[in-house]
Amino acid sequence: MIPIASATDSGCTDAPVLRERGQREVFCGLTGIVWLHRKMQDAFFLVVGSRTCAHLLQSAAGVMIFAEPRFATAIIDDRDLAGLADANDELDRVVTRLLERRPDIKLLFLVGSCPSEVIKLDLQRAAQRLGQRFLPRVRVLSYSGSGIETTFTQGEDACLAALVPTLPATAQPGLLVVGALADVVEAQFKRLFSGLGIGPVQFLPARQLADLPAVGPQTRYLLAQPFLADTARALEERGACRIAAPFPLGVEGTTAWLRAAATAYGVNEARLQQVTGPAVDRARQALAPHRARLAGKRIFFFPDSQLELPLARFVARELGMQLTEVGMPFLHRQHMAEELALLPAGTRLSEGQDVERQLDRCRADAPDLVVCGLGLANPLEAEGLTTKWSIELVFSPIHGYEQAADLAALFARPLHRRQLLAAA
Amino acid sequence: MQLTLWTYEGPPHVGAMRVATAMRGVHYVLHAPQGDTYADLLFTMIERSPRRPPVTYTTFQARDLGGDTAALFQQAARDAYARFQPQAMLVGASCTAELIQDDPGGLAQAMALPIPVIPLELPSYQRKENYGASETFYQLVRGLARKPAEGAPRSGCNLLGPTALGFRHRDDVREITGLLQRMGIPVNVTAPQDATPADLARLGEAAFNVVLYPEVAQQAAGWLQRQFGQAFTRTIPIGAQATQAFIDEVAALAGIEVPVAVREEASRAPWYSRSVDSTYLTGKRVFVFGDATHAVAAARVAATEMGFEVVGLGSYSREFAREVREAAALHGVAPLITDDYLDVEAAVAAAQPDLVLGTQMERHIAKRLGIPCAVISAPVHVQDFPARYSPQMGFEGANVLFDTWVHPLMMGLEEHLLGMFRGDFEFHEDAPASHLGHAAAPPPVLPQQDAQQQPQDAAATWAPEAEKELHRVPFFVRGKARRNTERYAVDRGLMTITVETLYEAKAHFSR
Repeated sequence: MIPIASATDSGCTDAPVLRERGQREVFCGLTGIVWLHRKMQDAFFLVVGSRTCAHLLQSAAGVMIFAEPRFATAIIDDRDLAGLADANDELDRVVTRLLERRPDIKLLFLVGSCPSEVIKLDLQRAAQRLGQRFLPRVRVLSYSGSGIETTFTQGEDACLAALVPTLPATAQPGLLVVGALADVVEAQFKRLFSGLGIGPVQFLPARQLADLPAVGPQTRYLLAQPFLADTARALEERGACRIAAPFPLGVEGTTAWLRAAATAYGVNEARLQQVTGPAVDRARQALAPHRARLAGKRIFFFPDSQLELPLARFVARELGMQLTEVGMPFLHRQHMAEELALLPAGTRLSEGQDVERQLDRCRADAPDLVVCGLGLANPLEAEGLTTKWSIELVFSPIHGYEQAADLAALFARPLHRRQLLAAA
Repeated sequence: MQLTLWTYEGPPHVGAMRVATAMRGVHYVLHAPQGDTYADLLFTMIERSPRRPPVTYTTFQARDLGGDTAALFQQAARDAYARFQPQAMLVGASCTAELIQDDPGGLAQAMALPIPVIPLELPSYQRKENYGASETFYQLVRGLARKPAEGAPRSGCNLLGPTALGFRHRDDVREITGLLQRMGIPVNVTAPQDATPADLARLGEAAFNVVLYPEVAQQAAGWLQRQFGQAFTRTIPIGAQATQAFIDEVAALAGIEVPVAVREEASRAPWYSRSVDSTYLTGKRVFVFGDATHAVAAARVAATEMGFEVVGLGSYSREFAREVREAAALHGVAPLITDDYLDVEAAVAAAQPDLVLGTQMERHIAKRLGIPCAVISAPVHVQDFPARYSPQMGFEGANVLFDTWVHPLMMGLEEHLLGMFRGDFEFHEDAPASHLGHAAAPPPVLPQQDAQQQPQDAAATWAPEAEKELHRVPFFVRGKARRNTERYAVDRGLMTITVETLYEAKAHFSR
């Protein structure tokens, strides 16, 4: 027998990753707008794209589109394609009209799409031009949410990365938590950090433009989401320093995440235990019944949001599930190092996608639960597999102790339902 | 550039997908960037299709734009052919691929696949979804239909137009097929729904065509008329009267007498409309908006079969603007041809109708304005792909229309009682019709429940911070969270509810 002791110690740190190219059944980065605009309450997202972009946002936003959301699409038509100068004038006209109608908007994002990038419409220049015209009332920024550049949650990354250079500078030390979180989760984390005596703590993105955090060489930051590579790079350019940690999903993830901050700020383990203890006990208790239901069940992750790795770690270690394949759209080795080390050795990892081949592997594995997008979920259910649609994992509050059981419930419910319907 | 939030129609390649998904044995290779697969979920979620649309996307990314996107397309087409073994293939480009000018048609032709390959030219920056469906179906028919032998016997008819994601297409086909069968007219081919390329080849064997949805099938029917001499129907059998007219038109095209049994068939809707409970419907003011076919038909049914007054008529289908203008002139209203929902909202607000008949979007406009509404046309959401049988066409369709349109209005007896008990706490003047729910009474119900709940469970009081935390819980579960927490506190004899208590209770009840 070949000794594999060292491999078990370091989880999946050196595990091979199957890299695939082909048809990808994923959303583009524009979809990020749907949750970002809820978080950033005085920002407006104007996509410069085609009818397809507008149709995508409409499909992704569901009924939200009827609630006066702060996003829209400037649809390029054939007149705009005739000449670039014309397209810029048209964009100025659309933005002027929009800002007249929405005086409450303080931050406008021009969001690039595949069509706008292929015709090389320079939105960065457009943002500068429009920014000059509308400052100080409105700040105008640009980023790309196109499918040719970004996958799903990378849209948030591109947006926050565009925001970082505009953040005020500071020489003061402070902790920055990066990644859009549900308000309730943000409040819980604030309380935990203040219990640990770590502060001041700020969050990116902030709910209001006026509350945007300051950043400088004394800033340390913690990533709350795994898909923020460009934002991290932009923060490092401002001198900020990352605190390496796994992501705050599940009890173990949340504790490790807080511990990384505690260590960086010289808070001892006893204090950490004391502050987190009650929440840890509570969350463990709430997780127990889900673990009883899910332990031993085999799970397959299709790539979607880059949350797959931390989620797989959570379901494997805290719920006792068995991982068949963990697919992810993109693997950032450095940001994921802690997660990889915690993943059970021997897990099959894949990056990118050739959807037909991945479906073949999934069918061959015959897992108990498949985590996938809405385009695949019903067809796989019809084939007899049980699925959990992955987008809900991005839209629901799942981070932190108090949400750990909710997160487990998202995986448990489809299996429970399948059981109920089979029993009838 | 056009500032858009809501769009009535998707891009034209979605129309092509609707045709490909409706058919069997056809595969669509779409040159498109990563992300365009979002359209799959329209079919798998809204229509609840148990299979994936037969579409392969090339999924090019920024790094591919250097020059090998053409090779990428050919590889995708080759793989799709090998895996799915279709009888025919559609190839085309989405909006972004249209800009990089790879010519999917030429590339596919160069591959010399042993099946018919039909290239689609869909101008994404000028045209929309229905055009895409119409053009795709036309190109398929042009490419696959074979001229029947000279003098070969022709019988029956084809049923043209039903697609995937079509509003009630599934049940309309069943209703009209049944009606034709009872008339003794066999259906040769129904297309595109459930048709194979081999079925399209047999289109010429029918004596004439029935066009159910001109938005999709009129162009193809026109071609069949020119090439094969097949006449096609012009009457859309929506409503009891239109169904009678349709029966006469079909009988004339088939050269038969209408069978007595069919002549005597009827819908319940006309009797329901005459029954005294419907008297209150007289002169109700109705605003109609949708695709041209459904809007024009609905306006006619509203005026002549329900006794409503049509106070607005419009459509987002520019291709059929002329038909809408003619119908609007008939009802004496100004036609509204627009794809901007803000124009529609302004028109509805100005007309102040008693009932709005429209799409999913008008449903929301009406909800905002507190006006009853029924859905008559795509775009629609998941609830309008119902499990139950609910056609819009034929006699049963007329029944469905009556029920669907009258339901949101108050029934006559209910209106009478409201008048009698005016001032009573339940039936006071401002009480909205029950179906309007929360929309017409903006203050949500939950805070009231919250307020009522407090005195009962006053044993424990909420610490300000806990109260604040509670308001971070989404409103639709806040009431439950409050009740559970208070019960938890009372059970344990706690006097003050802290943030900890809130989460203790959450953890406790989550089991």
